[in-house]
Amino acid sequence: MIDENSKTILSVQGLRANINGTEILKGIDLTVKSGEIHAIMGLNGSGKSTFAKVLAGHSAYEITGGSVQFEGNNLLELLPEERARAGLFLAFQYPIEIPGVANTQFLRLAYNTVQTKRGKEELDPLEFDDFVREKMKLLEMKPDFLDRSVNEGFSGGEKKRNEILQMALLEPKLSILDETDSGLDIDALKIVANGVNQIANKNNATILVTHYQRLLDYIVPDFVHVMQAGRIVMTGGKELALELETRGYDWVNENKSVTGVIA
Amino acid sequence: MSDLANTDYLEYLLKSWSTKSTESISWLNQLRAQAIDRVSTQKLPTRRDEEWRFTDISPLAHLPYQSSQSECNLQAQDIEHLCLKETKNRLVFVDGHYSPNLSTIIDSVALMIGNLPAFLATHSSILESHLGQYVQFDNNVFAALNTAFLRDGALIIVPKNIAIVEPIHLLFIATQNEATSYPRCLLIGEAGSDVTLIEDYVALQQATYITNSVTEISLADNAHAKHIRIQRESTQAFHLANCAVSLAHASNYQSVSISLGSHISRYNLDVRLTDEAAECVIDGLTLISDRQLADTHTCIDHIKPNGTSRQQHKCIVDNAAHAVFNGKIIVRPHAQRTNSSQSSRNLLLSKTAQVDTKPQLEIFADDVKCAHGATVGQLDQEEIFYLESRGLSAEAARSLLTFAFGAEIISRIPVTSLKQQLEQAVLNQTQSN
Repeated sequence: MIDENSKTILSVQGLRANINGTEILKGIDLTVKSGEIHAIMGLNGSGKSTFAKVLAGHSAYEITGGSVQFEGNNLLELLPEERARAGLFLAFQYPIEIPGVANTQFLRLAYNTVQTKRGKEELDPLEFDDFVREKMKLLEMKPDFLDRSVNEGFSGGEKKRNEILQMALLEPKLSILDETDSGLDIDALKIVANGVNQIANKNNATILVTHYQRLLDYIVPDFVHVMQAGRIVMTGGKELALELETRGYDWVNENKSVTGVIA
Repeated sequence: MSDLANTDYLEYLLKSWSTKSTESISWLNQLRAQAIDRVSTQKLPTRRDEEWRFTDISPLAHLPYQSSQSECNLQAQDIEHLCLKETKNRLVFVDGHYSPNLSTIIDSVALMIGNLPAFLATHSSILESHLGQYVQFDNNVFAALNTAFLRDGALIIVPKNIAIVEPIHLLFIATQNEATSYPRCLLIGEAGSDVTLIEDYVALQQATYITNSVTEISLADNAHAKHIRIQRESTQAFHLANCAVSLAHASNYQSVSISLGSHISRYNLDVRLTDEAAECVIDGLTLISDRQLADTHTCIDHIKPNGTSRQQHKCIVDNAAHAVFNGKIIVRPHAQRTNSSQSSRNLLLSKTAQVDTKPQLEIFADDVKCAHGATVGQLDQEEIFYLESRGLSAEAARSLLTFAFGAEIISRIPVTSLKQQLEQAVLNQTQSN
């Protein structure tokens, strides 16, 4: 939902980043306001997943230029855990499996850590159990989900649902969903999309990083950005995704000079 | 290492043996005599022996400890904290000697269970056909010593088609300083039986002593056994253990062994799948620090077709400790359609920690599936980042992941209170980092 008067959550200007000396992000500009849903699309290797990880603070990337403001503060100064506590959430493309730790323990630990840092009350195991079960309904998750080890033996769809469950628990200001649609069948995709739609509201914002238009049938973006070689080369409304779907990414190359950046 | 030191140790033990052997059972005396004969022709292994490449056992040569005394002053309340609330089937051995006062048995009707000598008269022939038949002592000086000094021991016979619900807890408690004990266990699972056995080695205080144990497990057709082995000896102790398992047709053996204690420990586990469609799952966790050394040698021997084995061994090594894992898997020519997997994963928590891991596959059949892998390293950076991105500090992330690394193995122990005790032990270690 676009509202000119809503406040800016994320402001990225000229962001450049390297990994092992290779420049991946070559000057990204992006502004995200509260209430908005943005989609970042692009081919493999265009830098879109790197952009997501850099925002979340992955230490393998070196920032070589530009700035990122998150709710008016310098995001790049913060450690990854401080970014999470400040309200930035990254749903991983490949969520990590942690055999030996029950999902419920992990979820409660993450929830309570973030709550405490935000000056709120922790929940004890019983209170948390009620709370998390309520959130699980959003994603049509079975209760045994809580007792299993974190992501261990989860199907692709279950892992992604678990990511969105964490998003629901941590109540981020800005959620970045990195290829959340990959590896999902259509039923799982609908469930995940429905969860994301219910969490999205006028006070938070969402960035969907995706290769395909399919996800955007279910989570309708306000803006679509096309990334190529470490830059956002084209920006449009939701119809841009459909255009890309029918014409392919080559079409972007032919048209990026004429189609101006709108956002 | 000088041979003189070797000779001294074994000679000392040989001398102390000659005064023993007063049993009236001839086959047992013969077994002991064979064993002592083997001791007299062997030496303590050195690092020149392939099987002992990574483990220097020479400190033992300076410790000619006598066999422990049989006096036991322990009261029930002294061992209360060691008892498991899930079971009242408990045999207690103090310094290797059976303690009837501390032991309790509730399944004595369904089960044959108790101290070995009590069954020698009544069950001589079954004992003769199993005792000393699985752990070979011809080239194993410690197994030979244990057999030569064999007296007390845990005997469990699970009758045909009987499933024992409460686990059997064998508690081996060390109390004496500078003594050697020779624990012995024999589990016979008759056809279709099912049992959970917990072998638990503990010390009541820090002391220097030697535990030299032998466990033999024989599972008949379709028998199931879960075998939990906890080695939490004094960190000054020496623990030398041999376990051999023989699996008949479609039998199923699952073991979880946890090594936490001892200055130097060595555990040999040999599992033979002697008939078709036998299955074994072998999990191990070594968690050591300071200057501890823990050596695990396993051998899974697939002899007949359609067998399955899965093994996961993990080591968490801190400070200047040293862990060794040698996992041999043999698939014999007739063992077609064997399905076997082995994984050795090792976590080094300090720069001076050391691990030697050696998967060893000897495959002589062509239609088999065998997977194996070994990793040694620090925690994965991606895993740490995942937890950080959920708000955990880097320190909390590392400690959770280290805990999880060990807890994965511990979670396979089907006894909740024991699982909790061990999780706490892992937590204590991982949080000190």
